[in-house]
Amino acid sequence: MGLPTLEQMQFQHAAAQVNALHAELIDDDRLEEWPDLFEENCRYSVISAENHNRSLNLAAVFCDSRGMLVDRIVSLRRANIFPAHSYRHILGPTRVKSTSGQIVITQTNYVVLMTRNDGQTSIYNSGKYVDEIDVSGAAPRFLSKTAIFDTHLIDTMMVRPI
Amino acid sequence: MSIPQQTDALDQAPSTAGCRVPYRVFTDRQYYDREQENIFKGNCWSFVGLEAEVPQAGDFKSTFVGETPVILTRDSDGSLHVVVNRCAHRGALVCREMRGNRASLECVYHQWAYDLKGNLIGVPFRRGLKGQGGMPGDFDMSQHNLRQLRTESVGGLVFASFSETVESCRDFLGPIVVEQIERIMCKPITVLGDQRQRIRGNWKLYAENTRDPYHASLLHLFHNTFGLYRSTQTGKALMDANKRHSLLYSIAASNDDAADKQAYGDSRTFDTEFKLQDMSLLKGRQEFADNVTLVILAVYPNLVLQQIQNTLAVRQTVTYGPDEFELVWTHFGYQDDDAEMQAIRLKQANLIGPAGLISMEDGEAVEIVQNAIVGEASATSYIAMGGGRAEDADHLVTEGAIIGFWDNYREMVGFEVEPT
Repeated sequence: MGLPTLEQMQFQHAAAQVNALHAELIDDDRLEEWPDLFEENCRYSVISAENHNRSLNLAAVFCDSRGMLVDRIVSLRRANIFPAHSYRHILGPTRVKSTSGQIVITQTNYVVLMTRNDGQTSIYNSGKYVDEIDVSGAAPRFLSKTAIFDTHLIDTMMVRPI
Repeated sequence: MSIPQQTDALDQAPSTAGCRVPYRVFTDRQYYDREQENIFKGNCWSFVGLEAEVPQAGDFKSTFVGETPVILTRDSDGSLHVVVNRCAHRGALVCREMRGNRASLECVYHQWAYDLKGNLIGVPFRRGLKGQGGMPGDFDMSQHNLRQLRTESVGGLVFASFSETVESCRDFLGPIVVEQIERIMCKPITVLGDQRQRIRGNWKLYAENTRDPYHASLLHLFHNTFGLYRSTQTGKALMDANKRHSLLYSIAASNDDAADKQAYGDSRTFDTEFKLQDMSLLKGRQEFADNVTLVILAVYPNLVLQQIQNTLAVRQTVTYGPDEFELVWTHFGYQDDDAEMQAIRLKQANLIGPAGLISMEDGEAVEIVQNAIVGEASATSYIAMGGGRAEDADHLVTEGAIIGFWDNYREMVGFEVEPT
């Protein structure tokens, strides 16, 4: 493996940046901005490794448009009732697995820590993102983002995006 | 002097109607231990899985009855078996995987081997090694099988019982439950996947929740917001003859905007102005001729079979002590679903489960009760909506089926546990 080309470094940087921003918007409760990181015709899913590894497609969250992401957030704000909590994403390095033109496929490990009202912080969800990112525009955007989680026990509920 | 005929009046007096459940049944370990013996290992049938989860000979699935680990297997002759997942030798887990396929079950500790019915078929060094060791001469393999539970399948749902005396599973379920199971399990199914939800509360709070149509339109606001379910819908709450099990169902076609406005006024729970950006979430198909769009069939003690629009699922309760349980959601469709129908089911899965837009609140509902009753020795709940009796209702503003649950619980466990 030789040194990366400038383009490869730019792709890697763009993918890591958009993942970091994704985590930041969720953790800082700027959820209304979160759908903007996705293309209009995107796919976002949060699926257990238990299902994914059996080639079963049933996901905890499955959205196939930016509109559905917005609906999730509006539902969180207006309709859903859940224990007060916050997330903190800890991301591993983003690795570019392959590129096709201005589309990059990446993988990033993550851990989501949850802090509830009682002040305790626990490991809520850990897994990997497999993303398809369009880096052609002014800002990179997710064509698809799949969070495959090892922690197949969901503690009480899942209302915020992973 | 005549004795007044006042039985009816007394029964209906506010001071005597309703059901009071002592909160300690949700927190006290003694009740939990009694439940394991008298309910989960007692005269009950517990749900352990779908036949479709073990379709081939040799398929197995690890699961639980109450807190007891068990294995569901399909033998080479196609028969289903449920055995306790505990080696007859020194008590090790025989099966350490969640699911798989094997010709026999073998304990890793000393390699005692069992067939898929749970019969002991092999003991290494049984006759010793080079004349040394070995089991006693009167060792009888047939006396050391895995604990075998009675196993019955109803419409592809597999139930198991520790009891040799309990009635048949069909009789335990009763005609209403069997009819509802057969309605949903009307053709071969295919498993779409599982979801596991850990809730930090007592399992009976969820048994109440699933027998409670009163809360649906008040706690789950997504329902109202999008007109999926309203208390003004036509719905019924029915029980089996023993009032163990509960059937709640509603028909969406009966939505009535004018009646809703009258019932809810401007309360926070009603807002038909709210629109989804992507309505495809709610796009479904009418797949049952009866127009019923919501079925919550709560089967005593550990199962819910549900249809919410086009989502079909079983929810199994696994207990982890007085203040924690797991809900295992297994979603399914039919084998003859076309590609569009498969896509509908996967998309509508957003509505249910731990991340479900219309069901995620139930975990929180359980936990806010558990958190509030901690250490409470004498206080009780008060359950009386709909009249305060374990009666069927042709509406959904009732808690009758919750009382039915507690009547059965009182009989099997009791509300007064003697100190041991």
